[in-house]
Order: sequence, then C-alpha cells, then structure tokens
Amino acid sequence: MTPVLELDHITKRFGPLLANDAITLSLAQGEVLALLGENGAGKTTLMNILFGHYTADEGEVRVHGRPLPPGKPRAAIEAGVGMVHQHFTLAGNLSVLDNVVIGSEPLLRLRSHRADARQKLLDLATRFGLPVDPDARVGDLSVGERQRVEILKALYRDARILILDEPTAVLARPEAEQLFRTLRGMTGQGLSIVFISHKLHEVMAASDRVAVLRAGKLVAERATKATTPAELAELMVGRCVTRPRREARAPGPVVLKADNVTLTDHGETRLDAVTFEVREGEVLGLVGVSGNGQAALGRLLSGLARPTSGRLTLGNHDMTALSPRSLIRAGVGRIPEDRHAEGVIGELAVWENATLERARDPAFARNGFVRRAAAKTFAQDLIARFDIRGATPDTRTRLLSGGNMQKLILGRTLAASPRFLLANQPTRGLDEGAIAAVHARLLEARENGAAILLISEELDEALALSDRLQAIVKGRLSAPIPAEEADPRRLGLLMAGAWEAQDAA
Amino acid sequence: MRLERRPYVPLAYAIVSPLAAVLAALLLAGALIAAAGVSPLAAYGEMLKGALGSRLAVTEMLARATPLILTGLAAAVAFRARLWNIGAEGQLYLGALVTAWAGHGFVSTLPPLLGIPLLMLLGMAAGALLLLGPTALRLGFGVDEVVTTLLLNFVAVLFVGLMVEGPLKDPMAFGWPASVPVASDLRLPDLIPRSRLHIGLLVAVGAALLVWLANARTVWGAESLAAGLSPRAAAFAGVSLPRTLLGTATLSGGLAGLAGAIEVLGSTGYVTTTLSPGFGYAGIVVAMLAGLHPAGVVAAAVFLATIFVGADAMSRATEVPSFIADVIMSLSLLSMIVALLLATHRLVR
Repeated sequence: MTPVLELDHITKRFGPLLANDAITLSLAQGEVLALLGENGAGKTTLMNILFGHYTADEGEVRVHGRPLPPGKPRAAIEAGVGMVHQHFTLAGNLSVLDNVVIGSEPLLRLRSHRADARQKLLDLATRFGLPVDPDARVGDLSVGERQRVEILKALYRDARILILDEPTAVLARPEAEQLFRTLRGMTGQGLSIVFISHKLHEVMAASDRVAVLRAGKLVAERATKATTPAELAELMVGRCVTRPRREARAPGPVVLKADNVTLTDHGETRLDAVTFEVREGEVLGLVGVSGNGQAALGRLLSGLARPTSGRLTLGNHDMTALSPRSLIRAGVGRIPEDRHAEGVIGELAVWENATLERARDPAFARNGFVRRAAAKTFAQDLIARFDIRGATPDTRTRLLSGGNMQKLILGRTLAASPRFLLANQPTRGLDEGAIAAVHARLLEARENGAAILLISEELDEALALSDRLQAIVKGRLSAPIPAEEADPRRLGLLMAGAWEAQDAA
Repeated sequence: MRLERRPYVPLAYAIVSPLAAVLAALLLAGALIAAAGVSPLAAYGEMLKGALGSRLAVTEMLARATPLILTGLAAAVAFRARLWNIGAEGQLYLGALVTAWAGHGFVSTLPPLLGIPLLMLLGMAAGALLLLGPTALRLGFGVDEVVTTLLLNFVAVLFVGLMVEGPLKDPMAFGWPASVPVASDLRLPDLIPRSRLHIGLLVAVGAALLVWLANARTVWGAESLAAGLSPRAAAFAGVSLPRTLLGTATLSGGLAGLAGAIEVLGSTGYVTTTLSPGFGYAGIVVAMLAGLHPAGVVAAAVFLATIFVGADAMSRATEVPSFIADVIMSLSLLSMIVALLLATHRLVR
C-alpha cells in the first residue's frame, strides 16, 4: 500500500540557515504521526513546505503517490491536505459558518448555497464529534472552540490528511485530552494526522509514531509504543537535559501578602477576594487554565493596575498603589507573561532593554543623562553571568532567541536581588534546554531568600519548583496545598474548580 | 514574491536610502518637466543656479531652510515617540501670532537681549499648547491625533485671519490684513549683511544639536523612543506614557511655534495668513527624508529649500511652473517611504 503522504529529501535554506536538511518522511493511512522537536528545529518550516506556503530548495512532496506542485496551497487543499495553524486564521467578526465556507466558495456567484453549506458543516460536526453553533460569532468563542472551527474548516474542504501545528499550545489539559480523543476518532474514519509538538507527554499519549527533528535534520523515527519520554527528550535536545528540582528549605517570614484583593475591570470581576502570602525562600505556585485571572494578578503585582479593594503588603509596607518603578525600588522583580509584548522592546539594543526599567536609577543615569558606559558594562556582565547566547550589549534584542530573551529578562531582574519575584509563565514557549536554565535560576533565587510567586499552566513545572500550590479558577484561589501532597490528578481537579463544590457541600 | 525583514540593516542604508529617494523623485519629476517641453537637465541646471549660484541665492535658500529645520525637528521628535503631529503648520501660525502680538505689545519696551528670547519662548509656548490638547485627548479618550492636529491647522490659520482683520490689524498697512509689526529693535539681526539671512539659522541649527543630545543621550530620549516603539513594554518598565507623550508634545509643538516666532522676528516682522507656504507640512517630508535624525533634518531642510528657491528661479527662466517644487517634494516623500521599506526588508521569492 502506498503511503498517503511522502516527503522526499526536502531541503530548505534561509540564507545561511539550513532549516530542513534532506528530510524524508511518510505517513500511512489512519496513522497519527507526531513531529517532535525544539523551537527552531524546522518542524513548522517542513509543514509549511508540505502545505505550499514555502517552496523547498530540493525534494518533493507526494500525496497518494502524486507529486504536489510546489508553492501552491490551493493544490495542497485540492489534494486533500488540511492545515490547522498554531495562530488561528479565523475572522473574529464573522460567524462560524462564514469562516468555514470562506475561500471555498466561488467568488462570483449570485447566491451562496448557505443551506447546503450549513447542512454539510453540521454533518461533519456530528460525524467527527466537533460540536459547533454555525451562527455563533467566532470572536465570542473560546480558544478551544475556535480550534474546532479551524479543524472543521479543513474537513469542509474534504481534507483526508490533517496537519496540526502545536495544537495544544493554547489549550488547557482537559481540552487537549478532548482534542486527542477527537483526532483518534478521525483516524478511525480513515483520516491521517500529523501533529507538531514539543511536549513529550502528549506525544506519548496521542501518537502512533514519532519523528524527531533536531537542527533541521530528522534524527530518529520511533514507534510510540517502543520508546520512552526520556529517550525522546534526549533525541530532541541532543544531550541529556534534566530539569533541576527544588530541595527542601525552611521558609522565612512572610514577604508578600495579598489580603482580600478584588480587581474589577470594565464591569468584570477579574480577581475575587484573593488572599495569599509568599514567604522568604519559598516558591508559591499558582496553577490554572489561562484566562482565569492570572493576567490581572500579573498586572497588579507589576504595578500596572490597582486593586478595586483589598490590600497588598510587601514586608511591613503597603504596596497597593505603587508604580512599576517604585515597586522595583522596593525590591520587587517582575518577569512578564508575554516577553515580546511586555518584557523587551525588540528594536532596542540589549543594553537598553537591560536597563530600561531602572533607567532613572543613579547607577544608570546622572542629571538626566544616560550613563551609557555603565549601562553597557552592566549588560556585558548579564550576558556573561546568565549565559545569554548570541548577544553583545549592542545587539538588537529581537535577534535573540526566545530562551535568550528570557535569560536577559531574568538576568536584569535577578541582578537587583529582589525580595519578591513575580514569575508569570516564565518558560512559556521555551525549549527544554532553556526551561532547565530558567528553572535553575529561579531555584537559585529561592535559595538566596527571594519569595517567588510562580504563575504557570504547566503542572510539571509548578510541581517541580513550588513549595506550596494554589489553583486559580475564575479569579478565585483555592486553599494552598503543600507540594508533598500535590500530584497532577489532584491539581487537575483543583484547576477544574473542584474545591468550590466541596466548599458548598 | 514577498518581502522579508532583514535581520540587520547596514548603517550605510540610512544614508543611501534618502539619497536614492531624492534621485528617484528628481527622475520622475524630470519626466514631467520633459512633458512640459523643457529639457530636464536644463531645468535642473536653472534650479541649482537659482538656489546656489550666487551669494544672494545661497542666503535666500538658507533663510528658507531655517523654518524647515525647525518644523522638521518638530515632526521628527513627535514621530520618534509615535505621536503623529500633523499640526506643525497650525502650531507655527499660533507661535507667530503670539510673537507678533507680544512683540508689538508688552514685550516691545524690553531690551533686545531680554525681549527676543522671551518672544521666542512665548512662541514656543503657544505652539506647545496647541499640540498638548490633541495629545491629552489621545491619552484620555483615544482620539486620533492625526485628525485633531490636522484639522487644528485650519482653525489656527483662520484664527490668525480673524486677529489680523480685527484686533491686531495694522492701520498703516493700507487695508492689507497684517498685524502691527513688532518693535524694530526686537527684530533678529542679520547673519550676513545686505541679505535676508538672519541669526534664526543659528538658532535652528542649535535646536537640532540640542534635540540630538536629548534624543541620543538623555533618559527622556530613551524613554520617549521606548514609548514609541512599544507602549506596552515601556509601561511595564515603568515609563509613564502620559508624562513622556506630553513632554514630547511640548517639545514638538514648541519647535513648530519657534519656527513661527523666528519667521516673524527674522523675516517679516508681522504675521499674515500667508506667512507660511506650508512649512509645517514640508516639515513632515523633511523629517521622513532625515530618517528622524536631527542631523538629517538639517540636510533635508537644505535640500527642500534648494528645490523651492530654485524652482522659483527655474520658472522665471523656463516655461515650467514653480509648482514642480511641490511635485518634487511629494515624490520625495513617496520615494522615501518605499526606500525605507526596501532598506528594512528584502525581496525574496
């Protein structure tokens, strides 16, 4: 039997960078293939070549044995290939039905066959277990629902081969599990699936076969049953990387205390009577599905918002109404949730980003003038101490990789020896090597007595670093549980808001 | 085919792209000149002669460049912080009006060493005030400053018209709507005797130097650039957006107001509704050609002044109307925008 999809010696260069190096892969009917690799390993490039967004320098793509003309997404669609992008390509102001039919309808037709289209969409939805309301406005849907629409859009165009680029990057764990069940159902009906991931546990759970990419090369193919997460991790990184684990340490006095803090924003309650405390030399992990108030808490503790009611104290001082600069002076370090939008300014040099939040400090300014030499020396020092690769003080910051950008942010924050550190999704989107480095630095800060609030969606991360854990659900916090009593199952229940039911009972 | 961002933009591109843009504009305008039945080379030759060919021509050209440097700086300072000040024309007129009013009124009795700087400061304050309003509206309510500053230009010019037809009208001007001239010893001294070039040029060049210092060396300059590049990241780093933008508006509006004050004190002595042939709008072109750099602003202002003064001479010598100067200016701006894109991106297929 011919494979449904073959990639034959695909090579793609971007200038000096070899993004794909003679990659040969095939996909069998009804199979789920996981494409595993770190950021920048060439996974997305490969799939973009397959779908015709890029043209390969060498090599050929064949669907059902027939070569696909390069650089033509429409040809890929007609051959039955559907792609679900990591960043959705839906129009938020249109309905689900509009989004699904858009592009597959002839442009010049007096009447669109809405009724037929609706029926086809509903049939697909029932057949594959992807319930949607055709008339809902896409902008009102949750991320998980939007993804369903993306998948339906591909199926509507009669896709038999589905490519999903990092499909779980935006999903909470229960949603992700639901997605993989759905995909399983699809392969049962003869579809074939490739999904891109850098998360080991979901590759293990959801695939039949794994192809590991590293630095543009296909380094291994394994049947999922015949491999282990440890082996895959090593194949992916190219060496043995182990994330550090926290060692027991007696916490000191309370450093940061939130007392009954409520934040209302445009009439919506983002945080609802939240109370917690973080002690010296302790990591408090706040786990929760994205969008449950983490962003509001991050703004509050970064000095960008003030609580509607309640109090925040740092040591013995009220910090409820402090600005970012006065927070920093008071010993607060902040790692923002979105390093591209908030952490750094890509067009500025590394030294400028290293000193921007302390631009008016006497260390970096005199009489209103920038002390450039001092600032550059400081940046040079950070680069050496925090192993920021590919950087000089004068490098444009956007040229750094995500991991090195995060090391820069971490470095400038930790260099000030903060008493309290807010680490908001500190490893989101980073690869294994960078995650291990960030974790090591956070634990080192804890060792040096910093009180750390870790906000994370990654249970493994929260469990590895935290002394105590609390779940955040719809702006409310669960009671804290010690790390020793926590396991993924119990945390999963907390994240689903299970403690609220117990309260009521 | 698509555009891909260059990882590094070589420094030379910052110099080459405005030159290429100017060359492209001159080539395109040359086609128009040829269509008017005149040899482009001959026309451009007349233009150069008219702007640079004699001592008088050069002084005329530099006198024309003076306000362009200041309005160019006004646009450059604001654009750097992504504050889209399209209102330099109105700010210039308001600065000119206040200068003319005070220079005839309560400042007229002061000694020049005190009076002239004071009048300049008053002109700057007037220009700054006219930009602070739109900036505050943007900060408070998200009102688009492109619209408000642009429309205020017409308000300002009409207000000047109202004043020079009414309260400030010069009774000795034979009905000509102009304000009463400022006291004669408050006029700016000539830089070169027997010419119209006054020391305003030195003030403008000095302003360019100070703006460069503020941009490149002060914390304020760094923060205003950060606020322009990424308001969210700047706010996270503790840069106060209101304070930074209001400061930027004060400087930008002030520079445009200063251009008005200097035109009144150095060039005309009074204000009319035809004081500026579009210096404020031309300042936008100057700033863009300069890549928002103060040194570039001086060079671009000299270039545009050459075109404008030269075009007058050219139209006297040939059949080509002097409006060609406006065409060249507009084409330069369009070419510059294309050049900027090509400097930061490359074409790949």
